[in-house]
Amino acid sequence: MNLRTISALVLRYLFLYTRSPMRLVELVFWPVVDLVVWGNVTVFIQRNSSADFGGFITFILGAMILWDIMFRAQQGVAISFLEDVWTRNLLNVFVAPVRTSEYLCATFFVGFLRILVTVVVLGSISWFGYSFNVFILEWWLVPFFACLMVFGWSLGMISTALILRWGQAAESLAWAVPFFLQPVVAAFYPVQDMPAWSQPIAWCLPATHIFEGMREVMKTGTMSWSALGWAAALNVVYLALAGWLFVWVLDLTRKRGLLTKFATQ
Amino acid sequence: MSEPDQREVILEARELTREFDGVKALDKFSFKLHRGEILGLLGANGAGKTTAMNCLLGLTLPTGGELFAFGKSLEKHKIEILQKANFSSAYVSLPGNLKVWQNLLVFAHIYGVANPKKKIAELLELLEVTELRDRVTGQLSAGESTRVNLCKAFLNDPELLMLDEPTASLDPDIADKVRKVVRRVQAERQIGILYTSHNMKDIEEVCDRVIFLHKGKIVAEGTPAEIVERSSGSSLEEVFIKIARDGEVVESK
Repeated sequence: MNLRTISALVLRYLFLYTRSPMRLVELVFWPVVDLVVWGNVTVFIQRNSSADFGGFITFILGAMILWDIMFRAQQGVAISFLEDVWTRNLLNVFVAPVRTSEYLCATFFVGFLRILVTVVVLGSISWFGYSFNVFILEWWLVPFFACLMVFGWSLGMISTALILRWGQAAESLAWAVPFFLQPVVAAFYPVQDMPAWSQPIAWCLPATHIFEGMREVMKTGTMSWSALGWAAALNVVYLALAGWLFVWVLDLTRKRGLLTKFATQ
Repeated sequence: MSEPDQREVILEARELTREFDGVKALDKFSFKLHRGEILGLLGANGAGKTTAMNCLLGLTLPTGGELFAFGKSLEKHKIEILQKANFSSAYVSLPGNLKVWQNLLVFAHIYGVANPKKKIAELLELLEVTELRDRVTGQLSAGESTRVNLCKAFLNDPELLMLDEPTASLDPDIADKVRKVVRRVQAERQIGILYTSHNMKDIEEVCDRVIFLHKGKIVAEGTPAEIVERSSGSSLEEVFIKIARDGEVVESK
């Protein structure tokens, strides 16, 4: 892999963001809307219920921010690819000396930058608006961040592979894929409260172990290392499978001659 | 028949075949492109030019045959080969939302150009588009866009260049300038250029040798003058029409 190539591709995405302030607005607008709506709803429930919800708002806001880490990482890969499709730049990239791994690494890095922006904005609003400090997770935040980001990259590669295979008609998958998993990753509720049939599915996803771990850390200040180990191991599997799928679909589009049609649509 | 060309072969297709759903878009297509040569690839719509170009660029995988560039297999040494090659098409534009210099800088970095800012300035001057440096690429006219695309294509001082209808939709003045620049750069740097066009004036003025494709097969090969003479036509355009309508084969001498 060539770092120069990766940095050139990242530079292209940075130019894109600086050239288009609307992209920056989009980057923070939806997460902020989600956070404010969920924050206000949980405050309302806590104030108007006789039941003891304990750290309900903390769980919800923590989950919101962690969910967004995964979502933004996925978007970094899928939207970066779509930017090349929308600007009809895909052919220029594919006929340049760019390896698939370099292209993917550049989109991973864009995902990382998107996460940084989102976390800083959401962390600040949570702190000032709801007295929720994301650093309540202390050093656990680092592995949580890393595991969710890597899983987001895998989802990004899967989304991109599906778009490559099915064409621009499948563009909406760039946004939809993470939400297919949202009901079963136990982001906003514990696995034990999910229907029994869905619990084994939940445990097969690295994000589930992280969201469960987040609640554990918020309650007790620590979490099981084995849960983190499961998340990391599952991430390796998903990353490998998603990478394989992307390369396989890319080869398939070349074999079928679909790449040029797709890129010049 | 022309004397065998002794110059280094920088691009070679050996019995290149590409089928789509049982239809052969390319049928055992073989050719050689030599260093310092401009080879025109001609044919009516659907003759196989674009498929050939896509296979040569690695965008479409052939169903048969082999491709070599600089003596190496394209399949096995793709990145190394693409580092020494470049491409420009009237139908593929640079991202419209970036400024011209931003687009060129990104590609200069991808190709590892040593002094990118200097190189970009030189190329903008060569193509007479220096004033476009800070313009948004999507707002350029067809002629401006073509010349900026050519700047991108010359960025890495390619040894092999593929130009897909570089003068399409250009007015005669700009088309003439583009042809002159291509000729000049090719002569100075001894680039091998594969050139497609539907404009026979382009081909006669620019190409050293041409290949006519019809239904994926070569039906004529030689210098433009040789082909016109052999087919007893009065112009290359007439030969083009005969081949496109009847698939006439122009035998080599």
